[in-house]
Amino acid sequence: MEKMPKWADVALIPLINLVLALVVSGIVVTLIGEDPFEAMAIMVRGAVGSTYGWGYTLFYATNFIFTGLAVAVAFHAKLFNIGGEGQAQIGSLGVALVCLAIPWPHWILALPVAVIGGALFGAAWAAIPAYLQARRGSHIVITTIMFNFIASALLVYLLVETLKAPGMAPETERFPPGTFLPNARDIFAAVGIEFGRSPLNIAFLLGLLACWLVWLLMWRTKLGYEIRAFGHSESAAVYAGISPFRIVMLAMLISGALAGLMAVNAVMGEQQRLLQDNVLGAGFVGIAVALMGRSHPVGVLLAAILFGALYQGGAELEFETSVPREMIVVIQALVILFTGALDNMVRDPVKRMFLRYGKRDPQPGTTPAE
Amino acid sequence: MDFLTIIQILDSTIRLATPLLLACLAGLFSERSGIIDIGLEGKMLVSAFFSAAVAAMTGSVWIGLCAGIVSAVLFSLIHGLASITFKGDQLISGVAINFLASGMTVLIAQDWFSQGGRTPSLSGDARFDSLDWPGAVAMRDAFRAERAGDGDPTGLSAIYWDMISGHTILVYVALLAVPVSWYVLFRTRFGLRLRAVGENPAAVDTAGVSVVRLRYASILIAGLLTGLAGAYLSTGLAAGFVKDMTAGRGFIALAALIFAKWRPWYALWACLLFGLLEAVGNRYQNIELVGFELPVQFMQALPYILTVVILAGFVGRAIPPRAGGKPYVKER
Repeated sequence: MEKMPKWADVALIPLINLVLALVVSGIVVTLIGEDPFEAMAIMVRGAVGSTYGWGYTLFYATNFIFTGLAVAVAFHAKLFNIGGEGQAQIGSLGVALVCLAIPWPHWILALPVAVIGGALFGAAWAAIPAYLQARRGSHIVITTIMFNFIASALLVYLLVETLKAPGMAPETERFPPGTFLPNARDIFAAVGIEFGRSPLNIAFLLGLLACWLVWLLMWRTKLGYEIRAFGHSESAAVYAGISPFRIVMLAMLISGALAGLMAVNAVMGEQQRLLQDNVLGAGFVGIAVALMGRSHPVGVLLAAILFGALYQGGAELEFETSVPREMIVVIQALVILFTGALDNMVRDPVKRMFLRYGKRDPQPGTTPAE
Repeated sequence: MDFLTIIQILDSTIRLATPLLLACLAGLFSERSGIIDIGLEGKMLVSAFFSAAVAAMTGSVWIGLCAGIVSAVLFSLIHGLASITFKGDQLISGVAINFLASGMTVLIAQDWFSQGGRTPSLSGDARFDSLDWPGAVAMRDAFRAERAGDGDPTGLSAIYWDMISGHTILVYVALLAVPVSWYVLFRTRFGLRLRAVGENPAAVDTAGVSVVRLRYASILIAGLLTGLAGAYLSTGLAAGFVKDMTAGRGFIALAALIFAKWRPWYALWACLLFGLLEAVGNRYQNIELVGFELPVQFMQALPYILTVVILAGFVGRAIPPRAGGKPYVKER
């Protein structure tokens, strides 16, 4: 047996990593004087114990699906897009401009245009770092970090100087009612099911659609094949006639567009106005989600729901105990650390275990002839 | 704008450049040895918290400083464990460190002090005092007396009593760290090896020098320097820790490092420039420049914009150490 079976790679190792992250988090909770098992119970109950909890969990998950897919697509081309945060912020500008442009008569008309607006603005914000990486060789990690800060300064400027609604707070006016997306509560009420009040809206379905489309793109189209080939080996890709410039640009544009789409859920679906900080770190959660989900849309979806539950559970935890909300940030950091940076710490022993197991258990008479 | 205002802006430039400079030099050591460090922000933050927290509890800023340095070094070791020992992705490790610091500091602050994620504000011995250089106080008094009278002093003496004198010790430590870093990196055997390991680790390994040990050494130095930077933020510049008080300074330091093309003296100028931008931005909301009105947000974004321009290679190309970001795998 040369390597690990596939299930170990896609399920076992992420699971061990997650358990490690949770164990360390549990130790942290113990150190600040709370019972980790009780904390866990509160978080699980808060996240999935009621329709209200599910509503918030899936609402957060929708944000993380978009930012997670954004990071994942770039990962396939071996690009680390840290700029999801900034791209989502500029995407929110695109969505807000669409929503405020005309008094939309119905959300069915507003939604597709807002999707285009968010995707275009997000992609545009990713385009400059992508171009600089592809043509000038500037490291995309550094440029996208810089673009996060530039995006937030730009948004503050626009909200203070040009887009500000009358009043004190730097925010736009409320979007017209024709842009309000159907809420989960209303949808379920229409079929006679009672669903708790939450910001979960139709954008969740858009998130599922995005997962499917990304899967289709990456594994069923020529472009997806080229992106993955480029990510595996740039020189082999070039030899096969794939243009690095084209792949870097397209992968980053798709990545930025996906990050920009987050605003459809957060800005159009919940806040219904453009606020100064509307992304709230979701762009960075996308990194954890993509790492955890092994850059596969199904993995990203599951990891996004897990992180959605973590966010909602963490909010309940703060409400019921003395553990502040920042516990989520710690757990998130540990997940990134264990699944991303310390991956080899788990992978190597597991690999060795499989190798040994494979050697010790050969079929009689089929010992490899070496 | 009179002369005294300029001096005051330059004075606060030096203050604001200090944490940038220390963090920038930390990044310099780390990246010169081939370990990319985007966790500067996080390490500054833990140090800022632990120095303020321990200073508040013990009443001594020096014990606080030690605690801050220890915490930053520990975070450095996490980065080393991930990126050197387990050959993981250095960028991802840096991201994790930033989040870990951001969450942990508030969590512990809430547990220890219950003041909404901040430490009590520091005073007296729990803060770094400003050092008055010989004669500075007398000169300042003379200047004020002259201005209170009918005289119209030029304020030339303010260069001495305001700009040069009257900072905390960490400011002078940071300024001294520049020539020291230059000497260590470019005039010692250790420095030569450290730079070599960032360019071609295999060659260093062939020469019988341990790549792992050199990289850990550079990471420890980075921990020490970010520890100083963080301690200065919460016990020198401010009087206590507040949530996320580094406010992107770790990334500005990273930007300064690229701006300086990974060289100590250039790092000083880059950090002073970015400090000046911050000082001007703090003092004036909007600036009019030849008919254009520059908004304050533009000033805040300027370090990042300048870095992108530099990275793009339009104004003098910045070439990073060649082995940066790649874990070294010994040949078998």
